[in-house]
Amino acid sequence: MSTEHHPEAIHKQVSLYWKIFWALAVGTVLTVAVSFFHGWGVIIAVIVALIIAAVKGSLVAGYFMHLFHEVKWIHGLLLLTAVFFVALIALVMWTVADQQGQAHGIFIVPQKHVEPAAKGGGH
Amino acid sequence: MSAEIVIPYNDTERPDTGLYNAKLGVWLFLASEVMLFGALFSSYILLRVSADRWENGAEILNVPLATLNTMVLIASSVTMVLSWAALKAKNFPRYRLCMGLTFLAGVGFLIIKTLEYGAKFEHGIRPADSTFMAIYFTMTGLHALHVIGGMIVNGYLLGPGAKMWFTEPRRFTNRIEVAGLYWHFVDLVWIFLFPTLYLLPGK
Repeated sequence: MSTEHHPEAIHKQVSLYWKIFWALAVGTVLTVAVSFFHGWGVIIAVIVALIIAAVKGSLVAGYFMHLFHEVKWIHGLLLLTAVFFVALIALVMWTVADQQGQAHGIFIVPQKHVEPAAKGGGH
Repeated sequence: MSAEIVIPYNDTERPDTGLYNAKLGVWLFLASEVMLFGALFSSYILLRVSADRWENGAEILNVPLATLNTMVLIASSVTMVLSWAALKAKNFPRYRLCMGLTFLAGVGFLIIKTLEYGAKFEHGIRPADSTFMAIYFTMTGLHALHVIGGMIVNGYLLGPGAKMWFTEPRRFTNRIEVAGLYWHFVDLVWIFLFPTLYLLPGK
């Protein structure tokens, strides 16, 4: 991260942070709005939700955490983390893929039905 | 006779890495946190795909409250980074204001979360009721613990820890930056938790 101290540069940064805030707020509203659209299946819903979340996450990491201007050591560290993270998810996906065509998955837990009426929050 | 031990690179960057100690340390910590939450997200995928039935989060959970909480956390991320910018501009009163707002936003987030949990318990909904509720309480509970951890650090930097500004301003500014890295990470995790748990359709 730059160690810039000039008032003008700081003012520009502050202005950018507020723009990012509004972009994140719009992204949040968009996330909720698209969830009301039931025309697509689960797969598309997951992809759309993940794309919006990834864009919002990139804004937070890139600007608030200064990742776009960070040194190569941090980028290298995160690249290594990403490799392990992808491996972690891939192991799960392969396990799931092994279950394809079978009647049940590997962890079948008896489910108690939860009534939608129990949704209320502020009471 | 006593010899003072000076730990190098507290407020200046190491020439080889371009990083001061705390920043490298916090990024390493955050890398481990990515794996922690990554394990929970992969558990979510495995449990969801393997379950014969999965609840629709929007029908059971309170989406308006969670949306409000998302906004609160996003706003707190902005005030956090503004507190750091205030120190860069050598404006300590503005730092106090922004950090105070960040702390209050953390309190607000936890109050809303408590209301949400309270409503579930009032209706007799427990983690043991279903795999969905188990993973919901595990992931949001762990996230809430992270918020509490961040608030303890932020509270310290707002109160007694702020004295450092008058003796070692650059080191203090660095502390706010790394505290901010953690706080933004907590925000980042929620950005993914929110659609995953509250908005994705069931089956």
